[in-house]
Amino acid sequence: MEVLFALGLIAIKIALLIAMLLLLPLPLTWLERKIAGHMQQRMGPMRVGWHGLLQPVADGIKLLTKEDHIPAEADRFLFKLAPILALAPPFVVFVAIPFGETISVLNAEITLYVSNLNVALLFVFAVIGLEVYGVIFGGWAANSKYAVLGSLRTCAQMISYEIPMGFAVIGVVMLAQSMSLVDIVRAQSDLWNIVYQPIGFFVFFVAGLAEAQRIPFDLAEAEGDLGAGFHTEYSGIRFAFFMVSEYVIVLLVSVLSVILFFGGWNGVLIPLPPLLWFALKVAFFIYVFMWFRFTLPRYRYDQLMAIGWKVLLPLSMANIIITGIAFT
Amino acid sequence: MTELLGSYVPIAIFIGIALVIGLALLIAPFAVAFKAPDSEKLSAYECGFNAFDDARMKFDIRFYLVSILFIIFDLEVAFLFPWAVSFNDLGWFGFWSMMVFLAVLTIGFVYEWKKGALEWN
Repeated sequence: MEVLFALGLIAIKIALLIAMLLLLPLPLTWLERKIAGHMQQRMGPMRVGWHGLLQPVADGIKLLTKEDHIPAEADRFLFKLAPILALAPPFVVFVAIPFGETISVLNAEITLYVSNLNVALLFVFAVIGLEVYGVIFGGWAANSKYAVLGSLRTCAQMISYEIPMGFAVIGVVMLAQSMSLVDIVRAQSDLWNIVYQPIGFFVFFVAGLAEAQRIPFDLAEAEGDLGAGFHTEYSGIRFAFFMVSEYVIVLLVSVLSVILFFGGWNGVLIPLPPLLWFALKVAFFIYVFMWFRFTLPRYRYDQLMAIGWKVLLPLSMANIIITGIAFT
Repeated sequence: MTELLGSYVPIAIFIGIALVIGLALLIAPFAVAFKAPDSEKLSAYECGFNAFDDARMKFDIRFYLVSILFIIFDLEVAFLFPWAVSFNDLGWFGFWSMMVFLAVLTIGFVYEWKKGALEWN
């Protein structure tokens, strides 16, 4: 009986989580276009619904009914597999992400995470690394020059920035003495990690921008010189998969920044519910992503690789040494 | 054992559900999407002319080099995680052991930098 109850609870949590992850990109696309509009002194989408609020729904229906074409020269199996491989890893990562401690519903204490892994951070990095397969298969299978070049660039970029990202979180693990994300947040209840780890946060966030393929590191898409990069040949729902995956990764990097460096659900000064604090902080980081997109230019490819290997990597290694000396 | 299962069973369930949803969304367009294939439409995009040759061509060796470097450094990251967790228990001895290890790594890093493995011109 107890086992059944626990399994049911897990199933409900997973259903809620998946619904959230599938639906969240809709308001995010709307928000992004609105922010773009207002930063450029125009209104953004206005036609469908009040201030364009139903625009993402219309876009979704359009993508679902669009012709789903596969290029004649493509490797059909890999071409179909790639969107799933791009979408699944960022989704699966959220199993290990805590959104808070517990809330009581109907006299029962319910934890706000699906699974509190003791190696959560390692799990996050391992699974998010699989994202590269979706990109390389997608570009390779399409058999288009733009797609192949785009996927090669993107892969090199993603794996290059994964390293400074991994080094940057080591400092956080050293402070918390644990890889469990719940424990890492608990360790920050007095003082947020950003105070001890400013370099770590800087490296982590810049690498996060690159992992999410966002400006100033969106070399993969580079509309001007590569068509649309590795998803040039994708249309309809398969294209939507890549877009959803991009937004979920933006969300993931924001959530990880909050959990690792900005105290998770610990509030300051104003006593708000922990979950609300968490959501507000995450929303702020998502806004920063969009803000950057319409403020910064794009780097050249050689600059991108130089930043990853020659700036971020030495910085993150220095951060480990400094943290080690300060806290031994 | 139950704790281990409690942590990892949700992941297995989640991967299953995620795959089912992914497949369902991929199958849905068969029912609703418009279809009119055409040999021009199905050819690879190449700015207005027919593709000259196969896109799976030779590519730059530096991409290979980057992936080799990635394997080396990613292993170091994986190696640093357990050290960081037990960092306080190890004390100065643990700290200096890791510094020696990082120094060896840095020598290799400086070497590849000087050799120009990180240049993209």
